[in-house]
Amino acid sequence: MIITGRVWKFGNDVDTDLIIPARYLNTSDPLELASHCMEDADKSFAGRVQPGDIIVAGRNFGCGSSREHAPVAIKNAGVACVIAGSFARIFYRNAVNIGLPILECGEAAAALQSGDRAEIDLTTGSVKNLTNPGTYQAAPFPPFMQQIIEAGGLINYVKQKLEPQ
Amino acid sequence: MGMTITEKILADHTDRDRVAPGELVNCRLDLVLANDITAPLAIQEFRKLGLKKVFDPERVVLVMDHFTPNKDIKSAEQCLTVREFAREFGIVNYFDVGAMGIEHCLLPEQGLVLPGDCMIGADSHTCTYGALGAFATGVGSTDLAAGMALGECWFKVPESMKFVFHGELQPWVGGKDLILYTIGQIGVEGARYRAMEFTGEAIGALSVEGRLTMCNMAVEAGAKNGIVPPDEKTHAYVAARARRPYQAFASDPEAAYIVVHEYEAGQIEPQVAFPHLPENSRPVSEAAGIAIDQVVIGSCTNGRIEDLRIAAGILEGRKASKKLRLIVIPGTQEIYLQAMREGLLETFVEAGAAVSTPTCGPCLGGHMGILAHGEKALATTNRNFVGRMGHPESEVYLAGPAVAAASAITGCITHPEEVAKQ
Repeated sequence: MIITGRVWKFGNDVDTDLIIPARYLNTSDPLELASHCMEDADKSFAGRVQPGDIIVAGRNFGCGSSREHAPVAIKNAGVACVIAGSFARIFYRNAVNIGLPILECGEAAAALQSGDRAEIDLTTGSVKNLTNPGTYQAAPFPPFMQQIIEAGGLINYVKQKLEPQ
Repeated sequence: MGMTITEKILADHTDRDRVAPGELVNCRLDLVLANDITAPLAIQEFRKLGLKKVFDPERVVLVMDHFTPNKDIKSAEQCLTVREFAREFGIVNYFDVGAMGIEHCLLPEQGLVLPGDCMIGADSHTCTYGALGAFATGVGSTDLAAGMALGECWFKVPESMKFVFHGELQPWVGGKDLILYTIGQIGVEGARYRAMEFTGEAIGALSVEGRLTMCNMAVEAGAKNGIVPPDEKTHAYVAARARRPYQAFASDPEAAYIVVHEYEAGQIEPQVAFPHLPENSRPVSEAAGIAIDQVVIGSCTNGRIEDLRIAAGILEGRKASKKLRLIVIPGTQEIYLQAMREGLLETFVEAGAAVSTPTCGPCLGGHMGILAHGEKALATTNRNFVGRMGHPESEVYLAGPAVAAASAITGCITHPEEVAKQ
């Protein structure tokens, strides 16, 4: 699966309160959550992000609360992939479970800047900067995790596996 | 080779004799937990599976604590979703307004989580229960839905870090100060994916409440779980509450740790974590004089009876500064009642505090004490991220109940000794 999009760059320790402030957690509606995505870090983000865009951040992305609303907000804002130097563990698992592609790659996270266009091959883990040419290699998801992402998350993946062939 | 307590509990919940760090294991769960924010999403996913029952209606715990008593129509709808699910699926441990407390104060108090348990909660502070010698970790709503369905969850066995606190604690220093100090030493991702095991004389001297406070914030260092091997205090605490048998585990002397940190407890001052990360902890003396607009005493970190006793001990016969709002939130109904019987609530109200029914409320900027732009709060809560307690331009300082109570009196961040000696 190939993703091409514009980069939105954030720093280290982007916590789940920045991704989706708790004051909006009185709903589970994905589009409403998406409309407040990254609001306390960049108020304009939700209004300007385009389908296929890419979030790039430093270390420990998604630290803090266990709210699955965080990857749900990012995915439903149209973000196609998050690249970070490292991810907090609950966020990592939640992202896979709801079908949001994420890649851990410190080099790509350092090199890519806001506004760059990037191309990501989720099958191989290759990340290309199309604006300031450079190619970076992340460890790709193993095939079963790629299948979870392609199914749109763990529950859909389980349902597909359980349905009679 | 020996095993750590974390490894032993995980192995005990598989069909294996031993597990090693890095291995992926599928574990039986003793308990699964969700709240009024995470349960609605978990229920939505669970319903997609089309199941007629949860794996065990006695081992699913649902606590309505974050936006309760409901602050608005949307949060009321969220609770309604969970309430209806609880009725439909016969969830025994469903806690609504009047019975509920802040989940991580409530579950240990009610004897729902016990030493040696393996459990997940759709709340990052589920790691609190490590203080009883359980393996407990936070997950998202989808993992919780699978847990409700199967009573199982897969884990990567974490490497264990050992934290040894030698010696005796200084006066006014408690579990909160030790954990803020520790996070200050290792950073907010210093324990990412790992187990934090707390030992040493100073941990032995802490009450179970103080240990719950420490393990509560393990996630603020990125840890999968925090854990304190059970001792006599643990068993005394649990014996009065447990309604099922349990098996306690201890780390082997030859167990392997990725790193061992040793600290002299006597050298640790009361701590204050500056905005906007819990790792920004400094001795309270370096924070002295910072003016604050609100003090919050409560939360799953410091809303237990011991915390309220410490705060009331300082506030007794004194008044909170008129420059700030003081909000005190007992963690559970039982704590509320106990605080009432001991006269603590009277002390708080006499001091000018607003005393609330149990709720997570202000900790996550939900309700019951939201900050305006430019305001500063000192709170006994666990996170001081941007916008955590309200406006994105407000600030939160974290501390224990002694510093919080002393600061409430003076109006600025203050060492408890300064107030006590007056």
